Amino acid sequence: MTTFTPFSSLIGGLLIGFSTLLLIRWLGQIAGISGIVGQLWSAAAGDRAWRFAFVAGLLVAPLLYALFTPLPTMQIATSTPWLMVSGLLVGFGTRLGSGCTSGHGVCGLSRLSLRSLVATLTFMLTAIIVVWLVRHVLVAG
Amino acid sequence: MMVIVIALLAGVIFGLGLIVGGMTNPAKVLAFLDISGDWDPSLAFVMMGAIAVGFFAFKAAAKQSRSLLGLAMQLPASKQIDRKLVIGALLFGAGWGLAGFCPGPVVASLLVGGSAVWLFVASMLAGMALHTLAVRRGWL
Repeated sequence: MTTFTPFSSLIGGLLIGFSTLLLIRWLGQIAGISGIVGQLWSAAAGDRAWRFAFVAGLLVAPLLYALFTPLPTMQIATSTPWLMVSGLLVGFGTRLGSGCTSGHGVCGLSRLSLRSLVATLTFMLTAIIVVWLVRHVLVAG
Repeated sequence: MMVIVIALLAGVIFGLGLIVGGMTNPAKVLAFLDISGDWDPSLAFVMMGAIAVGFFAFKAAAKQSRSLLGLAMQLPASKQIDRKLVIGALLFGAGWGLAGFCPGPVVASLLVGGSAVWLFVASMLAGMALHTLAVRRGWL
């Protein structure tokens, strides 16, 4: 199981908050990852460069981190077919619902948007129920 | 040019925040969602930290008519709570709960995470493309 890390998680959250501040105040854009990635190619020409730059930053972040200290381990327990189902649901669902954990969960809640609150409560509750089903009902040992 | 620099910097900081916060480890995300099991509430602290800064950032942004680099402010206009929003959030939540991956952490893990991450990202992009296709065909 994983250990409770309130301090580093809070620092991580502050960094994410600071990133949303840069995007909204300097670029006038929302730091919603599913929207940024989902519109990489479909966005108008003048609206594309910042998306690629932001994604490039996300991609190199672990490489920069690893220069200073080893990356935390990734523990992936999901089987290949379920990973694919999960990916499809995350991709389709975030586009249909106009946002994910960052767009609705961080930016939307920061803006006190009721729409984002409904979305965030819906995906959090659904995820909690799915984890409960997978871990405690379907594979109850 | 400044647009690229700020966007790149924001991406790096966002990615570092996800790593430091523990979001890039799916086991930690699932342990956060597993409230009736061995619950790890860490990720609530990620949310709190991000919103604590975000709240003031958007408060300041609401008073701006242009961004600090002179661009138009792209604040979401929609306030509608409709079927698309709720069904989309339901589907996303189901996918998130299955593997513990959401779009930010998975992109921030692509170069270091190995084949499982590539597979997930390919499936996620396929899901996004399917949505685009559905909109274009008028299915949604």
